[in-house]
Amino acid sequence: MSGPVAGADTGPIVRTNGVTKHFTRGSERVDVLQGVNIEVTRGEFLVLMGPSGSGKTTLLNLIGGLDRPTGGTIEVAGVRISDLSGNALARWRSRSIGFVFQLYNLLPVLTAQRNVELPLLLTKLSAAERRRRAAIALKIVGLADRAKYYPRQLSGGQEQRVGIARAIVTDPALLLCDEPTGDLDRKAGDEILELLQTLNREIGTTILMVTHDPHAADRAGRTLHLDKGVLREVAA
Amino acid sequence: MKFLPLVWKSLWRRKVRTLFTLGAIFVAFVLFGLLMTIRTAFTFGVELAGQDRLVLIHKVSLIMPLPITYQQRIQSVEGVDLATHQSWFGGVYQDPSNFFAQIAVDPGDHLEMYPEYELPPEEVTAWLADRQGAIVGRVLADRFGWEVGDRIPLQATIWQPRNGTWEFNIRGIYDGDDTVDRTQMFFRYDYLEENRADGEDLVGWYIVRVEDPARAVELAAQFDQMFANSPAETKTTTERGFLDGFAKQIGDISAIMVAIVTAVLFNILMIAVTTMAQSVRERTNELAVLKTLGFRDSSVLSLVLAESLFIALLGGGLGLGLAWLIVQGGDPTGGLLAIYTLPMRDLVIGTGLAITLGLLAGLFPALAAMRLRITDALRRP
Repeated sequence: MSGPVAGADTGPIVRTNGVTKHFTRGSERVDVLQGVNIEVTRGEFLVLMGPSGSGKTTLLNLIGGLDRPTGGTIEVAGVRISDLSGNALARWRSRSIGFVFQLYNLLPVLTAQRNVELPLLLTKLSAAERRRRAAIALKIVGLADRAKYYPRQLSGGQEQRVGIARAIVTDPALLLCDEPTGDLDRKAGDEILELLQTLNREIGTTILMVTHDPHAADRAGRTLHLDKGVLREVAA
Repeated sequence: MKFLPLVWKSLWRRKVRTLFTLGAIFVAFVLFGLLMTIRTAFTFGVELAGQDRLVLIHKVSLIMPLPITYQQRIQSVEGVDLATHQSWFGGVYQDPSNFFAQIAVDPGDHLEMYPEYELPPEEVTAWLADRQGAIVGRVLADRFGWEVGDRIPLQATIWQPRNGTWEFNIRGIYDGDDTVDRTQMFFRYDYLEENRADGEDLVGWYIVRVEDPARAVELAAQFDQMFANSPAETKTTTERGFLDGFAKQIGDISAIMVAIVTAVLFNILMIAVTTMAQSVRERTNELAVLKTLGFRDSSVLSLVLAESLFIALLGGGLGLGLAWLIVQGGDPTGGLLAIYTLPMRDLVIGTGLAITLGLLAGLFPALAAMRLRITDALRRP
């Protein structure tokens, strides 16, 4: 297990070094990532683009500690996560990373408020404090008046806002968004992008977003392109 | 505790399915409670029998009598505290369906042998003073509305009377806690001996209280040795063994009840396993999200197990509660059963079975949930 990396506060929040990932499909080996080196600085809004199967989501999962690389190292917020054990990785995720999914992935049996409170259940906060923080997160995403609504009672855009509130409620070091507008119409998608941009600009949240959508990429400060597991920077 | 609302909400994700599962567990445990009550009724006394009491019966069969002369010989054996005899009467009160046990005893020895019987001193005196006197259990007295002073006629089936009919005066009504059989009638052996047409100087069996329970096995062998090669050889057993054999005359009720309960609970286990497995399968994506948020594998395992345990304990607890209430309502046979109670021991066993059911039903689905790979699970619809 690794401790914090020296100079973590001043260096990039994400640094991958020669990350490779391959899967085995039957007897065939599929190389999804081939020595990816990437650095994301604090407060940056970085977009990762590329065609389907290019390895975008795989890279995002590796940076978020949902999967382990075949080779190379990954440091996030000063922690070499590629060396962490399963439980340590889970604990680290709960404290350091916020995830926003394409299909929102809210728990249908819980209200918006309870969905947002979920990550806080893993902290030692009191019930009152959990409720207070969830209410603040919902207010930030503009859904304070929908706290008692169940996901089925919300529109797609509203569900995604709840998803974002859940992702930011623990004040994570990094927000990872996997096609957050992929299931929304243009208007709702724009609103979500606007919200992400606001979080990045006004609260300083570091965002790494995967998308197909060039329009979405326009909101980013920097765009990287991944193709067949190889990364290249796109000129602004 | 903070995860309880999550467990509760997940349980009611599919209300109808949860209600049906709950209902199945509930009915199974009502059945468990009632069957254990019946088992207790039929094996009454077997587990509560005195450890220091032995029973001598005829080696051939319980229904073969023994000579009364054996009493002195048994009493004279070193290590015997008290020896007394009992004889089955088998009379009919008004109608054969009004079955209850009538046993001829030596009243003084009988009361000394069974201190657990509660009988007021004035009733003891009255019984000892009346050759035709009898004492009846409280449940039996309530069953037929008998009171002290009533005269009870019985029709003979085994012992025909020498003169007139068999009539008994109720001189006392004995009571006791739930472990005392209060459905029996005890009357005096000297009255039986005096009035029966044949079978003189014969008794049904002997009860022997030994001074040291640790010597019970040794003394039992000694008794049987003492009467070996006589016209009436004996077979000595513990009171527990005797009552167990007595109960098994109608069939091994205990084994039958346990077999039924086992079959029912096994079926319920299958239902619960299927339900939990289905529930976990439907929530694969949600469980993966919990893991993504930082829930550890063990936390996910605990959440699924908690759901399973909760439903089993709720259904089992309610079922045992209803069974207990039904039993409190009283013996549906109107006093035919020696005892009609759901013992605390069976309630504890029932609770243990509910916990086991919950754990077993949830174990495999919980392990599957624990082993979910987040990246695979998130890709599933």
